[in-house]
Amino acid sequence: MSLSSHPVNAISPQASAHLDSLTDEAITIIREVAAECENPVLLFSGGKDSAVLLHLAVLAFAPARLPFPVMHVDTGHNFDEVIEYRDQFVKDLGARLVIASVQQSIDSGRVVEDTGPRASRNRLQSVTLLDAIAEHGFDAAFGGGRRDEDKARAKERILSFRDRQGRWDPRQQRPEPWDVLNARIRKGEHLRAFPLSNWTELDIWNYIAAHELPLPTIYYTHTRTVVERDGMLLSVGGPVVAEPGEVPYEAVVRYRTVGDASCTGAVESTASNVWDVIAEVAAARITERGATRADDTFSESAMEDRKREGYF
Amino acid sequence: MSNTVMSNTVMSNTAIARRGTLRIATAGSVDDGKSTLIGRLLHDTKTVFEDQLAAVVKASRRYGDGETNLALLTDGLRAEREQGITIDVAHRYFATPERSFIVADTPGHAQYTRNMVTGASNADVAIVLVDARHGVLEQTRRHAFIATLLGVKSIVVAVNKMDLISWDEAEFDCIAKEVSEYVQALPTPVPVVAIPMSALLGDNVVDASANTPWYGGPPLLEWLERFDAHPRRELGGRLHVQRVIRPQGGEYADFRGYAGVVNGGGFAVGDAVTVLPCGATSTVAALHRAGKSVGSADTGHAMVIELSSKVDVSRGDVIVVDSGRVAPSVGETVEADICWMVDQPLVVGSRWWFKHGSRTGRATVTAIDYHHDLASLDQEPTHELTLNALGHVQLLLSEPIVADRYVDNPVGGRMILIDEATNSTAGAAMITSVMP
Ligand SMILES: Nc1nc2c(ncn2[C@@H]2O[C@H](COP(=O)(O)OP(=O)(O)O)[C@@H](O)[C@H]2O)c(=O)[nH]1
Repeated sequence: MSLSSHPVNAISPQASAHLDSLTDEAITIIREVAAECENPVLLFSGGKDSAVLLHLAVLAFAPARLPFPVMHVDTGHNFDEVIEYRDQFVKDLGARLVIASVQQSIDSGRVVEDTGPRASRNRLQSVTLLDAIAEHGFDAAFGGGRRDEDKARAKERILSFRDRQGRWDPRQQRPEPWDVLNARIRKGEHLRAFPLSNWTELDIWNYIAAHELPLPTIYYTHTRTVVERDGMLLSVGGPVVAEPGEVPYEAVVRYRTVGDASCTGAVESTASNVWDVIAEVAAARITERGATRADDTFSESAMEDRKREGYF
Repeated sequence: MSNTVMSNTVMSNTAIARRGTLRIATAGSVDDGKSTLIGRLLHDTKTVFEDQLAAVVKASRRYGDGETNLALLTDGLRAEREQGITIDVAHRYFATPERSFIVADTPGHAQYTRNMVTGASNADVAIVLVDARHGVLEQTRRHAFIATLLGVKSIVVAVNKMDLISWDEAEFDCIAKEVSEYVQALPTPVPVVAIPMSALLGDNVVDASANTPWYGGPPLLEWLERFDAHPRRELGGRLHVQRVIRPQGGEYADFRGYAGVVNGGGFAVGDAVTVLPCGATSTVAALHRAGKSVGSADTGHAMVIELSSKVDVSRGDVIVVDSGRVAPSVGETVEADICWMVDQPLVVGSRWWFKHGSRTGRATVTAIDYHHDLASLDQEPTHELTLNALGHVQLLLSEPIVADRYVDNPVGGRMILIDEATNSTAGAAMITSVMP
């Protein structure tokens, strides 16, 4: 019930003990999947969850190098800061980056892009991701998904099976007693591993504060030209074009999630550092996906439907 | 190593870590109010966000529920919403200023018992719901049995829907007594507390109810905040080696560390240790947790251990502190309680993959001693264990494991069986004995 909106600049001992146990759990999962699978990959978007995930993966094997590559599924609709950050962070941590491009999937005719002012490449990512997994022969992909993000994600196992077509069947999930991970698959099938399953948005920020992790600047307050659409603030100038009747205006905002620029919304905020953000998140009354993802507010089971098709 | 990685980790102070995060599983028969209770806990601890609540209000109307159905907060799959039942475990999170909670909302239907096992396997506490109008049902008993077998440290009986029986104290006492007597008769009894409540209206969930002046105990949340889930007794530190960390070059060319999770007790720098099954001995030279050097490590910590001498250690081996109270057993002949989770029945002579700690191999079923009749608590002879059955079996493994009895140390005593043909997780085994 930490609803205090007073500024904080230290993590409470309770939250810190909780963070340590989440850290132990995530590192254990990462080590186990790396030991059981031949060719894993870590999905890295440049967002805060994947930054925490990558950092944990490096800690899991320190002082040895990260034993697997990192992959960004690039929609081509990026925030420039995020790409800059991605390259720097990956370099600082000594990881190897693979890029899977949605633009290439479009150019090669693997997917057909929606048209119109509200078109999003978010859904197309699933195809690019599955193609890249097949092309590189990855047998496991680490993702930064958290069960608290969405009701379909709340049902996800830590190690989640995907069939030859990359599909998730939520009704036939392997039981996962004690989180003992069963990584057995046949050729062509793969696994998704979610070491941050039990983390909340606040835990992620506490970790970022505790480890002084750098993040893309758009996670902190800045001024941006936006339009308000379906209760969300979308940045104009990139893939989003103001529609008739929408009046672009300057707003003081930050991002709570960083995804495809065409469907990720900003929230009004003056939080300029990690402690401001922690105070804001602790007092937030709207979930992060609800506030900032046009793709999820679409329908009640939007996430479940996308996940069945192979989404992150 | 770059700066970002080696920066200051905030490590816990042990006194608080002792009461640390509490893992809860809900159990009970369908419609007893599990999802409503979790919805209520989330709502009253202000963990439900406005957009989630708005979505639930909208969905409640669509599915024709009269009032806002808080159960829709956790029934996240479309099939669950349509059928109005919980099929698979949903995990939920909330925190109070006192402590953080992880809740596994488990399905009540007998056909989804395997998912209940997944949800309850990590729980410190099981909240078993009982509909006060119907009293104790077969599923109530079944879930209490499974929860104690899986090693929860206490059972809270939430006698729910008290509003529908006019807050009748005698009825409450009767249900509380029945569950308590049942649990005390189980093979692994645990303390039981009973709380009269209305999950729907919120009585005795977060706030004490004015409708139960005869009830002297705390509301549910307060009880959960105070509960001490610390392990009962320590055997001595063990670490199942997940991976050998060898940087092979540069500054750390000679570094050799063994990564794994500590269980059964702690480790400290300087401890004399033995590597099992081979029996090589050494001492702990250094300990690292999340990239940071520390002097000691406790149960649950994900560590890298450096030893003072070159010994041959690989994945699957177990490093054990010599001064421990009880040494683990090493052997290939295993007896275990098992919860069966696939359609393909377990029969004598059948072969499976096993995974214990970080070791995998083949397991052959050599005997089925009995299956538990959950109503009568009798142990009945059987020639097969079918989906959702609980029984006791004997297994012969293709290679020795270093194990504890599950009741002494769940991490060292748990094992899964995997179907060789489908790769599905087929059984959850709790070891009762290991012999050479
Ligand atoms: N009157 C009353 N109804 C309740 C109470 N708790 C749950 N219910 C209702 O009982 C039904 C089943 O609850 P639900 O939480 O879905 O049960 P589950 O199957 O155990 O998850 C729903 O219609 C709830 O609104 C309670 O305390 N009082």
